[in-house]
Amino acid sequence: MRNPRRPLPAWADIVLLPLINIALAFVTVSIIVRINGVDPFHALRLLVVGALGSPESIGYTLYYATNFIFTGLAVAVAFHGGLFNIGGEGQAYIGGLGCGLAILALDRYLPAWAMIPIAILAAALFGAAWAAVPAWLQAWRGSHIVITTIMFNFVAAALMVYLMVNVLIAPGSMTPQSRNFEPSSFLPAMQGNALNLSLGLALVCCLAVWIFLWRTPWGYALRTMGHNPEAAVYAGTDLRRMTMVAMGISGGLAGFVGVNELMGVHHRIVLDFPAGYGFAGIAVALMGRNHPLGIALAALLFGILQQGGAELAFEIPTITREMVVVIQGLVILFSGALVQLPRPWLQMLFALRRPS
Amino acid sequence: MDDPFALLFPTAAATLRVATPLILAAMGGLFSERSGIIDVGLEGKMLMAAFFAAAVAAVTHSAWWGVAAAIAAAEVMALLHGLACITYRGNQVVSGVAINIIAAGLTIVWGNAWFQRGGQTPALDARSERLLPLFFPNAGDNILVYAALLSVPLTWWIVSRTRFGLRLRAVGEVPLAVDTAGISVPWLRYRAVLICGLFTGLAGAYIAIAQNAGFSRDMTAGQGFIALAAVIFGKWRPFPALGACLMFGLLDAVAIRLQGVRVPGVGEVPVQLIQALPYLLTVFLLAGFIGRAVAPKAIGQPYEKEH
Amino acid sequence: MTAAIALEGIDKSFGSVHAVRGVSLAIEKGAITGIIGENGAGKSTLMSILYGLYHADAGTIRVDGQPVRMDSPHAAIAHGIGMVHQHFMLIDGFTVLENVVLGAEGGPLLAGGLAAARAELERLERDYGLAVDPDARVADLSVGEQQRVEILKVLFRGARILILDEPSAVLTPQETDRLFRILATLKARGVTIVLITHKLREIMAATDRVYVMRQGRMVAERATPDTDAEELAELMVGRKVRLQLEKAPPRRGEVRLEAGHLGLVDARGVRLLDDVSLELRAGEIVGIAGVSGNGQTELLQVLAGIRPPSTGTLTVCGRTIDARHPGDPAEMRDLGLAHVPEDRLRQGMVAAFRASETAILGYHEQPQFNRRFLLSVPAVGAHCARLMERFDVRPQVPGLRSSSFSGGNQQKLVLAREMAQEPKVLLVGQPTRGVDIGAIEFIHRELVRSRDAGCAVLAVSVELDEILSLADRILVMFAGRIVGEVEGGADERTLGLMMAGAKAAPALSGAEG
Repeated sequence: MRNPRRPLPAWADIVLLPLINIALAFVTVSIIVRINGVDPFHALRLLVVGALGSPESIGYTLYYATNFIFTGLAVAVAFHGGLFNIGGEGQAYIGGLGCGLAILALDRYLPAWAMIPIAILAAALFGAAWAAVPAWLQAWRGSHIVITTIMFNFVAAALMVYLMVNVLIAPGSMTPQSRNFEPSSFLPAMQGNALNLSLGLALVCCLAVWIFLWRTPWGYALRTMGHNPEAAVYAGTDLRRMTMVAMGISGGLAGFVGVNELMGVHHRIVLDFPAGYGFAGIAVALMGRNHPLGIALAALLFGILQQGGAELAFEIPTITREMVVVIQGLVILFSGALVQLPRPWLQMLFALRRPS
Repeated sequence: MDDPFALLFPTAAATLRVATPLILAAMGGLFSERSGIIDVGLEGKMLMAAFFAAAVAAVTHSAWWGVAAAIAAAEVMALLHGLACITYRGNQVVSGVAINIIAAGLTIVWGNAWFQRGGQTPALDARSERLLPLFFPNAGDNILVYAALLSVPLTWWIVSRTRFGLRLRAVGEVPLAVDTAGISVPWLRYRAVLICGLFTGLAGAYIAIAQNAGFSRDMTAGQGFIALAAVIFGKWRPFPALGACLMFGLLDAVAIRLQGVRVPGVGEVPVQLIQALPYLLTVFLLAGFIGRAVAPKAIGQPYEKEH
Repeated sequence: MTAAIALEGIDKSFGSVHAVRGVSLAIEKGAITGIIGENGAGKSTLMSILYGLYHADAGTIRVDGQPVRMDSPHAAIAHGIGMVHQHFMLIDGFTVLENVVLGAEGGPLLAGGLAAARAELERLERDYGLAVDPDARVADLSVGEQQRVEILKVLFRGARILILDEPSAVLTPQETDRLFRILATLKARGVTIVLITHKLREIMAATDRVYVMRQGRMVAERATPDTDAEELAELMVGRKVRLQLEKAPPRRGEVRLEAGHLGLVDARGVRLLDDVSLELRAGEIVGIAGVSGNGQTELLQVLAGIRPPSTGTLTVCGRTIDARHPGDPAEMRDLGLAHVPEDRLRQGMVAAFRASETAILGYHEQPQFNRRFLLSVPAVGAHCARLMERFDVRPQVPGLRSSSFSGGNQQKLVLAREMAQEPKVLLVGQPTRGVDIGAIEFIHRELVRSRDAGCAVLAVSVELDEILSLADRILVMFAGRIVGEVEGGADERTLGLMMAGAKAAPALSGAEG
């Protein structure tokens, strides 16, 4: 059996192992690219140019990164509390609904300075509420949060389709989308680009999450629960309440995807805007080691992949932008489920270096 | 609604058509979960299998090669899941999510690279490249439908009447007891995961080359999760899981017919509500509002031996 | 005559913990051999090595004189060794029959194997008086019946050597009596039995020969008729050099903590605490002595507000807690109760946290660590540095991960954290478990200093010496009850007997076989 021969030095555990895992993911991708008959290095060059080659492409890269930051933070906050939230997709969806409803109700009466904060708050509240139900069900009824959040993704999707088709659809519209928002709800955006002020919100969230987790007594209690629930009980933390808090914050963060998409880009409620960002958040959080700084960097990388991948698909017909989805999946696989894969090999290498 | 009997057969047939992949995947999920390995990757395995079924059937002009390819593809994913969960004791949910995402991406990437049709495979020829109805030409009763129906008593028999089944049930509850009885926990779990791969392979093949005439992007559309819900709803037992699959299939069949119909006393029932019902019911069940679903005790926990 | 099993020079470490150190023993055929020792003495590890669950780092195992490799339970079973684990290896949802055949089904289909097993069970029932309904679900059986299923499982596999690990830990006295009658019958039919326990009473009543383990070593071997409970108690606990602790007579003040008839029953209906009453005054150290597993852990949990009592009341500094008005640890802290938990790694700290973070566990909401809504890192760091300085925690690096400190330094940090609050009541579980000699002395002096400053101290320890030198009064716990009270510095033998339950417990009947 796998004997924990001798523990790795701390730096190898913290830095080397994750890097090897990510490298494995990318090596696998380049093999897949190779199978498709494309030189991986050529593809990489096209991808980087496509993502960072012009102000416009950088704008799109950052716009995608914004969504990844929100969902990555959402996964990370829950994770620090020992909870696995894979309902980011549904929470983003419902968060968008909240912000859209607030705007549809108020945008004709309120100026931008009042409308925008209210809509952002509504997104957070709706996202939080959608996450709070699975949290409550786990804390009080003992149902498994993973299964419940999965199920809630589908319930959210069904609910949104119903609302868009039957309730919120703009009069006379053929496609299921709401009426256009008034400009008072528009977030300031880069000219002719999807990048908007949500990026600022995302960066503020990074900072806020960092402060919350590492600089407040509540974040302290949340992390204690995640690392050692028994110690949290000893310290006087109510685990049920803390579960609600962790999932509420997580859902609220996921809900901000709606802000970026609806207030920043679409300016109306549309279907399917979460587009997998909720799931990608798992990859972002895993790659960013659940730290806001790491998440911001991982989100940037995924933003580059998303934007560069689109350009790459345009240049090389045998590669589609779904390549990015494959990369996300591989990152989750290697930095999540297979984290321990390189450990025995590394241990062997280290043992060679210092014979005992 | 003139003649209720005229409706009965088509509705039953439609239910069965929809339920077939659910039943197959649910039986697969049941094996995996009874052994203690959570499988949220049913969806991904089915999707991958569906793609390879259609792709290989289109290239070889043989539905049977398609079925074989589907099984092989699902088994590769199942092995990956086993490697992550059993050998490397990784997080089972994370592994399942990864498999779903990889399948969602890879099927389109490869589909596009090989067929240049935006992720779709070429439409399959009805006579050689698809599985055809056996007895009722309009009912879609191809061989996999019967296989699905047979798989349930077979699963029941294996789980409750064989040595393997006894050990399978034991390893999902108290793996340490299995280990101390001198039985290998990893090998037992690998077999369960591989059986799951076989079933999800058949489910995927059904969707791509029996129910439809080719692969299109994300064509499993959450059926893997409905199958997972059915496993839970059936409390991890084959016949109740079959019941859940049939119920979910019926809901789906009815949903299409209920579109725009006003039910007396209720008004118009939103189709989306019916579509969301499997998930909602599962949530209610898990929360103990309707009965109690108790998962195998050791589910989700990697088995670790101290040395 | 060759021994049924001989262990020679067995050695085993888990990481830095040296669990078994060069142990040798011989188990006589057809006899009942006892292995006695405190929890953590290495008995269970030794038996797990014999059963192939763990691999020894060094040493030889002989069965009937032949050296064998025990690399899996499979090998042990093949050599006719069967083990009844302390925590039953049964599947609750299975029937007795299914549990018995697991791993010995006799073919790919169950039907034949089950029928054969049913016949075999009937035979075992006739021969040994081991009656259990083969079709009952294990979950519906009493604990005693479940244990019989475990024994049946082992016998069904044809075991000639039966190892029982703390078999009476979960049994009622009546069930225990019945178990020992069964063991006597098995012995009469030629089965070799190894009994692992920390209960002297059982050793004296049931065994032919006894080995004593302490801290991973085999410290003595006796023929049971040639020894007595007092000697075994001494051997078990060990005669360490009595630590000289200078302390003045206590100056007792008002009652700070009062427990009235506390009872605690767990979800399965097992009575963990039974009618526990005690009083703790300012300026005294009350020691709770007892072999571990007799309710001390649960008592601490109830007193600290972690578990509400099922019956009875608890009054701490004027606040009364009972089943309907549960307290919580945060509230108890506010009342001035500090708690050093028994298991610091599992409860008292977070291994992944920095030392400075562990140093505020439970006090993280106090104003001294917070500026408005934010934790003040400098204040937390400075606090930790002060604690480290005063309690001589090494290395003095507040930023280091808590798990990087040695056991003694972790304990000093946790103790420092709790004592820094100048609590009115201080609960300390196992004050010096896993702590080196130098730190032990330091910790004891600090506890006495705290007492002299007017704190009411309750110390729970399985180390008899520690209790004797530390406490002003000693309460002895056995089977969830307080069975006696003696003054500090009382003689060890009285205490040892009380701890072994020899004085309070009903006599064992019918186990002589």
